Amino acid sequence: MPFIKAGRRVEDSFVRVRDDAPIPDEFPTLVSAERFLAASDEFADRGAPVGVIWPNNRNISELAPYLDRLALVALVFPTFRDGRAYSQARLLRERYGFRGEVRATGEVLRDQFLFLARAGFDAFEIKKESDAAAFAAALRRYSVVYQPAADQRASAFRRRFTEGVQHSDSTRTETVA
Amino acid sequence: MTSPLQQKLKITGPVVITANRLADGVVVYRGARDDWTTQIGEAAVATTAPAASELLAAAVAEDVLVVGPYVAPVALDPNGRSQPGNLRERIRVDGPTFDLPGHFGS
Amino acid sequence: MYTYDAFDRTLVNERVAEFRDQVARRLSGELTEDEFKPLRLMNGVYLQLHAYMLRIALPYGTLSSEQMRVLAHVARRYDRGYGHFTTRQNIQFNWIKLSEMPDVLADLASAELHAMQTSGNCVRNITSDQWAGAAPDEVEDPRIWAEVLRQHSTLHPEFLFLPRKFKIAITASAHDRAATKVHDIGLRLYRNEAGEAGFEVSVGGGLGRTPFIGKVIRPFLAKRDFLSYIEAILRVYNQYGRRDNIYKARIKILVHELGAERFAQEVEAEWRTIKDGALALDPAVVADVAARFCYPRYQPLTDDPPEVAALRRTDSRFAAWLANSVANHKVAGYAIVTLSLKPEGEPPGDATAEQMDAVADLADRFSFSEIRVGHEQNLVLPHVAQRDLPEIWRALDRNGLATPNVGLVSDIIACPGLDYCSLANTRSIPVAQELTRRFRNPDLARDLGRLHINISGCINACGHHHVGHIGILGVEKNGEEFYQITLGGRADERAQLGELLGPAVPYAQVADVIEDIVAAYLELRERPDELFIDTVARVGIEPFKERVYAVH
Repeated sequence: MPFIKAGRRVEDSFVRVRDDAPIPDEFPTLVSAERFLAASDEFADRGAPVGVIWPNNRNISELAPYLDRLALVALVFPTFRDGRAYSQARLLRERYGFRGEVRATGEVLRDQFLFLARAGFDAFEIKKESDAAAFAAALRRYSVVYQPAADQRASAFRRRFTEGVQHSDSTRTETVA
Repeated sequence: MTSPLQQKLKITGPVVITANRLADGVVVYRGARDDWTTQIGEAAVATTAPAASELLAAAVAEDVLVVGPYVAPVALDPNGRSQPGNLRERIRVDGPTFDLPGHFGS
Repeated sequence: MYTYDAFDRTLVNERVAEFRDQVARRLSGELTEDEFKPLRLMNGVYLQLHAYMLRIALPYGTLSSEQMRVLAHVARRYDRGYGHFTTRQNIQFNWIKLSEMPDVLADLASAELHAMQTSGNCVRNITSDQWAGAAPDEVEDPRIWAEVLRQHSTLHPEFLFLPRKFKIAITASAHDRAATKVHDIGLRLYRNEAGEAGFEVSVGGGLGRTPFIGKVIRPFLAKRDFLSYIEAILRVYNQYGRRDNIYKARIKILVHELGAERFAQEVEAEWRTIKDGALALDPAVVADVAARFCYPRYQPLTDDPPEVAALRRTDSRFAAWLANSVANHKVAGYAIVTLSLKPEGEPPGDATAEQMDAVADLADRFSFSEIRVGHEQNLVLPHVAQRDLPEIWRALDRNGLATPNVGLVSDIIACPGLDYCSLANTRSIPVAQELTRRFRNPDLARDLGRLHINISGCINACGHHHVGHIGILGVEKNGEEFYQITLGGRADERAQLGELLGPAVPYAQVADVIEDIVAAYLELRERPDELFIDTVARVGIEPFKERVYAVH
């Protein structure tokens, strides 16, 4: 399936490894949460990067002590309507300062790309080809955001002061690009 | 009139498949020629659960034409044409049961 | 009321463009209905029995005359000439085509109106007191905070896919006209003993299948912490609200299952880590939003001007309307005028395009172009000079907007019910219509006093029947319409749920039963000015039960 990282379509370098299969040393591996937690010390010694698939019904704080040995945290959208991973992603970025890859997996669709990016996701396993093609356009959908999030975009509240666009009698036709 | 959105498929009399047209929301019924008609009298009638399921599945597959298809009871008039089988379906044919405000009284 | 700046306008316009694209992709089949449904819900587009329904946001129930004219335009151009004002201070149009929704939204955007997040599992329209900014008993204008929160919650990337819908209401008066205690978050702005203004925060109120009154989890929240604390509540809910069962997914269930104290602890723990971050509210930010609220330039006038006194003496209909529909304003010489949308025999809360235009004109002439919508589905002209009351009354009377029944037995709150709604089990509008006919006599209605009847056509309780003095809930029995009656509910600061009177009654008998209940009240009340709700509180429902079920 299409994979986008840092805004570009690339091959996914991580290999998913089943719980009962051996972990290869030579390339980046993505393992389940159970496996990772059961043997997290081992993973610290690996040569190649390690990623974990963290379920959306498990507190992300449980993973916090191990983030320094993880290159990737993959979060899950069992359906796109289940929004728990948005909170998990924000906490990873904003509370725990995680700088590795935060990946959206599961039902990942075009109309959520911008919100996912704002929540801190920087990699996307995308369900539909056509959505992958529209990725860049999707991120440009809104030039104004009202609230701060993980993506550091300035909220309208802040921009009103830094850009001086205010006053109730401003001309009706003005908009900001 | 339990909302059909909570219905299990249980056929105790003649039924039709009804839905709303995607683009404009108009009430439609699945016709005998795999088409959609706005006239309940022209709807394909099923009398068994398997037949109804088949019609419903075909309707669900036509996501680009109609939304929210479900099985609705009908009553057959002396000519064998379908009439709405409950108050909900009567309202879907005739509109609200009172005069609409303003110029569009029923 | 708030006027948009360039950021607000840009966002709404970008939203229209996004939805236009989404509709096109749906019509072409690129999006399935499963993928499209949450998207259209987040733009207020429902599928109902006959057609699509569009729910337009009227933020905290405030709109301008210009906006009202655009709503009239939508009614004429895209719908069937009327709209319905709802129990959450929104307006609904019942007949708009999906293919025309983007154009409707574009027309609305030109007047700073939108339909964002009026449905879907996200933060909905934040409602408030329809008398905000005019009521004498108000601490400060709560709508400023509603606007701050509206912006913060709009397209908030973390909270667009909550377990379920999320409704917030805010009041700043001791008398709660915003039903805050039956909202997911209820906020009451007040002054503490030190004279500081802050918020009492309740969570977990709500109606529907499992009704609850909200529980206070934070007695005093400082203004600085307003956004961060609400963010913490939403984050706890987003992570821990149930996702397995839509009937147990509201925050009220989470609060109930954890207990208010434990829930409050979870919120506090989350809040402590974010309270000093980007969401700490700088007073300058709030002041900036407040600066875009326009307030009337009141003239120095006196109360009870001679024009009013004279007409009151000579015209009993004007006197009745004055006593019923006109309330005190915080500024001398002004008044708050309620426009009843509950005329005899009509669907409650509906207005025609002509009526909307008439209200817009009256607002321009007499209310500084400002209009309000209340959750009881009536309109308000909030800033009327008392000396203009005679002229306003004549105009309202001509337009069918002066029925003197505000707050009385025939001022019924009803959901659309089975005549419109695909979730309904029974009809509610015809029940309301019949009740307005039974209680058409204005002397009787006045004698009965304040009496709130609420009707819901199904357990989703959009008519707020649980908190009606008399609540009527439609249920289906063997394919027939039946109605359960409850007594003793209240939506105000003493909020409580009504008690079931007895077995459900069939459609044909509902109006008779309500008449019996009212007759029982007249018999049981201690004195003429003991309100129905107080009689019920004093004697309980048994005496009512006896009289009603003895006859039926």
